[in-house]
Amino acid sequence: MSSLQAKRGVLVLHNILPALALSLLLAAVFWRQPRAMSYFGVNLLLNLAIPLMFASLAQMMILAVSDLDLSIGPFVSLAASIGATLLPTRPALAMLAFVAAVAAYALAGALIESRRLPSIVVTLGLSFVWLGCAVLLLPTPGGLAPDWLSSAMAYRTPWLPMPIWMALFAAALGHVLVTRSAFGTLVRGLGGNPTAVARVGWSLVRLRAGVYALAGLFGVLAGLMLVGQTTSADPNIASRYTLVSIAAVILGGGKFVGGYVSPVGTVVGALTMTLAASFLTFLEVAPDWQVGMQGLILIVVLGLRAAIDRLERIA
Amino acid sequence: MINSIPEMLFEARDTAKAFAAVQALRGVDFQVRRGECVGLVGHNGAGKSTLMNVLSGTLAADRGELHFAGLAVGSGWDVREAQRLGVRSVYQELSLCANLSLAENMRIAQPQFKGWNWRLAAGAQLMATLDRIFPGHGLHADQVVGELSIGRRQMVEIARAFTPGALALEVMILDEPTSSLDNQAAAQLLAYIREFVALGKSCILISHKLREIFTVTDRIVVMRDGQVVESVLTEQTSRDRVVAAMGQDEQVQENPRHVVAQTGSAEAPLVVNVSSTSAARLGVKAMAGEVIGLAGLAGHGQTTLLLRLQAGSATRAESSVWVGGATSFVAGDRQTDGVFGLWSIARNMSVGWFSQLCHRRLIDLKGEREYAEHWRQRLGLVTPDLDLPIFSLSGGNQQKVLFARALGSSASIILMDDPMRGVDVGTKRDVYALIAEEARRGRTFVWYTTEFDELFHCDRVYVFNNGEVAGELSRAELSEERVLDMSFDKIAA
Amino acid sequence: MKTHTVSHFAKWQRWRAGRPWLGSCLAAVLAWAATVFSGQGQGSGELLTVALTFSAFTVLVSLGQMLVISVGPGNADLSIPSSIALSGAVAMLVMDGSNAMIVPGILAAVLVGALVGVFNFSLIRVLSIPPIIATLAGSLIVMSVAIAIGRGLKIKPPPLFSDFMAMRLFGIPLLAVVVLAVSIAIALMLERTVLGRSIEAVGQNDRAAGLAGMRVELTRFWAYVICAALAGLAGALISGFSGGNSLDQGQEYILLTIAVVVIGGTVVSGGAPCVPGIWSAAMFMFLLVAMLNAAGAGPGLRMLLTGLIIIGVIVAASSPGKR
Repeated sequence: MSSLQAKRGVLVLHNILPALALSLLLAAVFWRQPRAMSYFGVNLLLNLAIPLMFASLAQMMILAVSDLDLSIGPFVSLAASIGATLLPTRPALAMLAFVAAVAAYALAGALIESRRLPSIVVTLGLSFVWLGCAVLLLPTPGGLAPDWLSSAMAYRTPWLPMPIWMALFAAALGHVLVTRSAFGTLVRGLGGNPTAVARVGWSLVRLRAGVYALAGLFGVLAGLMLVGQTTSADPNIASRYTLVSIAAVILGGGKFVGGYVSPVGTVVGALTMTLAASFLTFLEVAPDWQVGMQGLILIVVLGLRAAIDRLERIA
Repeated sequence: MINSIPEMLFEARDTAKAFAAVQALRGVDFQVRRGECVGLVGHNGAGKSTLMNVLSGTLAADRGELHFAGLAVGSGWDVREAQRLGVRSVYQELSLCANLSLAENMRIAQPQFKGWNWRLAAGAQLMATLDRIFPGHGLHADQVVGELSIGRRQMVEIARAFTPGALALEVMILDEPTSSLDNQAAAQLLAYIREFVALGKSCILISHKLREIFTVTDRIVVMRDGQVVESVLTEQTSRDRVVAAMGQDEQVQENPRHVVAQTGSAEAPLVVNVSSTSAARLGVKAMAGEVIGLAGLAGHGQTTLLLRLQAGSATRAESSVWVGGATSFVAGDRQTDGVFGLWSIARNMSVGWFSQLCHRRLIDLKGEREYAEHWRQRLGLVTPDLDLPIFSLSGGNQQKVLFARALGSSASIILMDDPMRGVDVGTKRDVYALIAEEARRGRTFVWYTTEFDELFHCDRVYVFNNGEVAGELSRAELSEERVLDMSFDKIAA
Repeated sequence: MKTHTVSHFAKWQRWRAGRPWLGSCLAAVLAWAATVFSGQGQGSGELLTVALTFSAFTVLVSLGQMLVISVGPGNADLSIPSSIALSGAVAMLVMDGSNAMIVPGILAAVLVGALVGVFNFSLIRVLSIPPIIATLAGSLIVMSVAIAIGRGLKIKPPPLFSDFMAMRLFGIPLLAVVVLAVSIAIALMLERTVLGRSIEAVGQNDRAAGLAGMRVELTRFWAYVICAALAGLAGALISGFSGGNSLDQGQEYILLTIAVVVIGGTVVSGGAPCVPGIWSAAMFMFLLVAMLNAAGAGPGLRMLLTGLIIIGVIVAASSPGKR
């Protein structure tokens, strides 16, 4: 009986860890900076989380099939660079570029499945393809996002600040797509036991290609939102997203293998990672150590997850 | 009995399939009629599972034709096509996604559940089938598969395959479906198979348990070394005839009783001592020069014991395990536990010999070559060159390499994990002789085997049941009935 | 007659399979020829000497990466740039411009690298997360340390050290000779020591390696430590070569090392390292950049091509799999 209770306790801990971490951080921020507890304060604090949420959903798609995407950061940068260069002047060409980028993602997925390639090496190679393309488009930081995009990202949403609305939207979208829908079930099945999925007649190549295409689509969305916020871009604008998105998925309850992911947790994880970065600036950490603190946060997040997983195994 | 000969439903003609150097199927003819249950039997490696994979479309045959309901199905035969025509399978290794719920696993197998509430519909249908086959199963549609015991998972997978749907269901292929079911569930399944074929459907049952085969099938097909050697109506054959057809090699059976007769004398020092965790159970002991057999149903703790012994000789991790000497492990599952696929034959051998081959911390390449050559001759390894990749060898010869790795080491205790899986008769004979010879020189063998006759090569046998030793038999006391009794008593209780 | 040709072909195939570095070697020669014949003023010999010098650094770091990649799927060290930045700073601090302190400085750099390797491996084990993520996350911390002690550091390397780095023996950079010696040592280690054989075995099948009596985790530990120690050595040498340390002196080595390992014929999923391939692939990568520069291509195109080449090579080296 008590072991059953312990098991439940650990499960609850597993599920609420992201929410708990977010609330604790929010409380800490509000305690240091009471003025942040307002429409504008929250907007300012969490604005940067909007593109990260979508980048994390992209990473989550890949993790759901037990792969890793080391190219999502550069890909979001590329999407942002396209948004700041081609989109205002030649929108049709920009659309074409986005379609081609998503198709390239799908092709990578198909290749990884059909040739049994390690996703890590393929996406690492891809990351330099994206970065190269971005540098070709935008050799120096600059460009200008189209007005409609910038004003859309600056829109004053009713009742709640935009990051909150966006989080609700992203979480609902991810939940329906990955947790509820039949397609999402198939995707998680592919992550859990590909042989079983193949044995009931599904084409794994098409399935994995579809998953990668969706990840690419989320990546494009993230890039557009990012460039809408910053109005200009540079080829390295989102390079840290690669690691942070992985941390967001894992913090949200996802696992590296086995097809376990949680879209709601992932969105909360993205909010938490953003807040943690803002919190560091409040703490006035010396600039020398800011990079290190980022690493430390990642390690703490992953360590907490590892500890809970271990508890789960014992219970 | 059947009056008119029913329609031929599914037929394979002259089917052949090879994996690298191993010829798994050598021109097999196989038929199933409508309303018939065919039992497919044979020793490990006879080609049963390969045939099943060809029939179900997961493997493409190298040669041969398939006919379904009188029509030739061409080279486009794959899982999708098989399922469209109504061929479904339950595989030996479970094919459920552990991270999904029962209903979700149902949905992956059958796409007809649509709309917002597909989960409810899929779950309800699966539950209905479960209720029909395994009444009182105690399962729930939204349970996650990963949290179920292996027996429960097997019930779910069987029920999923039997669930009717948008796709037809004409032939059910079951590969060792009862291997993890308890007696009650196994009986429920066998009864259901009879109901199923009574409806005019067909079933192919692969099983090691001849009792089941004789209870449920109409016809028995025996396979040996990639060929069908007998196909006979169940009522016209007997257990002994089937066993004989499976290839009980005479020489293999005669050899053991005298070869190892004088090993394991009482004065020999104790080299292995595993004390049991519970007082009611037996421990495991082995003297120097003894050949100890581990028997019982597959997966009841035999391999775990071998791994504990292997760990126990390297580190004193467990206080209940005492191993007085170096150990060496002979894997039975060659691909996952034994072979290094990128290495040559010689490298695959010498990986066990480093302690002898090192001079001043460097491996002596010349010595390595000579020693490999020595073992190649001693084992009669069939290969033109030891520098060829390991996968150029047939399965039996790969296994010889693993024996060379272990026997060529300086280890005094050899642990064998059902090492004769899928090995031809000739290799077996060579290896049995080698084991007897090495035991006479004082080496100890701890030998897990799933083939009953191999136990006659052992001095003493421990029978396993549910992870514990259920009983000990000397060679004089050994009989298949006693082993089976000991393997089953706890399950029945 | 016919069987004769067949057996020749089979022999050639076997010969080819035993030499996975052939492709990259050929590619390097082609890139060199293309650059020379495009006639951008540099002599062919001079180009080779420069290529040898820069490739030597790449080889030194890639040898370590090769060992790490060889211990199994998913293993790679992405902390190399941080190790190089940190060890370069430490080397300059210890040497402090004095000829007498050259050897202690190099040793300190190697030691710092090795410690980063220990740190990496303990992160992988303790957090049980994929090595890529562990080394990347850990590298942020290492980089911070490097920034804290290395920023604004303007110590020149000892004159003897700089001279040594620029020295040539019969036209061949001394540095290349030193790195060649390291390469031979690594090749010997792989071929003739238990550690080397264990690296190959663990990379092919860690379960089988454990059952054959090898120390799986200890083997991986050494791979990470040797890799980071070599990066540490490279950090010191690069600082000596370029007249002082800088924080981004190792930046390019994440992709470059993986590219060199993969192109050089080492199996990406582990178990089959290839030392000669490291040299030919490193030369190829340098000459490719030289060729692109000669053709007037910018950094964007260079990165794009590098990425595509890596993907192309692993696709070419793979075979369609079955489930």
